[in-house]
Amino acid sequence: MNLYKYASPVNFYPLAGKIIPWFAIPAAILFAVGLYVGFFVAPTDAQQGDVYRIMFIHVPAAWMGMFLYVLMAIYAGVGWAFNARLSSMMATSISITGASFTFLSLVTGAFWGKPTWGTWWVWDARMTSTLILLFLYVGFISLQASIDDPRRADRAGAVLALVGVINVPIIYYSVQWWNTLHQGATIRILNKPTIAPKMLAAMLIMLAACWLYSIAVVLVRLRYIILEREQNAARFAEVTA
Amino acid sequence: MDWSQGGYGFYVWGAYLFALLAIGGEVIALTMRKKQILGQRKSAEEISKGRNNETTS
Repeated sequence: MNLYKYASPVNFYPLAGKIIPWFAIPAAILFAVGLYVGFFVAPTDAQQGDVYRIMFIHVPAAWMGMFLYVLMAIYAGVGWAFNARLSSMMATSISITGASFTFLSLVTGAFWGKPTWGTWWVWDARMTSTLILLFLYVGFISLQASIDDPRRADRAGAVLALVGVINVPIIYYSVQWWNTLHQGATIRILNKPTIAPKMLAAMLIMLAACWLYSIAVVLVRLRYIILEREQNAARFAEVTA
Repeated sequence: MDWSQGGYGFYVWGAYLFALLAIGGEVIALTMRKKQILGQRKSAEEISKGRNNETTS
């Protein structure tokens, strides 16, 4: 099986259509399971009470915002370096979902901050760097939309995406580098998490749901981008017929 | 489940309402984009059909 043929937007279009349900349906199931575990199984937090349940959407949204930015920058960089059209289209497709998750992390963080800290917003290092991430996403989307030629738009977007990726480690380490109001990491890759197993389970299920949802919507949007950009290709008409 | 969320219902449900709007909004926007693309393709096909009819008649 020659996988390289799927680097072509024309060949990838039908493949994406076939695999979308394999991500969309499990995403819907995992969202339901995650919410059930988060609201019915996970206990009330001894210190924060029930308001901590916002974390089941806030933390996965914040992680997705960062992961998707790195992924977007990689695809944009590959598209720029190797003149790979599909890779650039993938970066464009990821940008909107990444921006949506980053916006969601800021809003849900504000809903948690008001009852916990007594304020909706502070110019704290973690929150400010996350706001910069949202601006980077918006900048990427606006820059691409403002240039008529898609190939030029891809190259300009790639420069911005690659420069902006430096903000991701700043967000991650901001709670260690600066004395911030935002709490430190409770889930770490190398260390044992400092969170109750049932709470951790709800959070990880919601994270898995967010990942699967992201893959599904990014693929759907990618198909539309391919349709818009490749509509004049004669061969494409044969594939989509 | 305590629907008042221990007195934090506004904040908890408000956060999840925004999550629903963000995810639902993205899905609706994609559906609308599909309709728009299909409409454009349809009108482009009609124009090309019209041109073919003009040249053959």
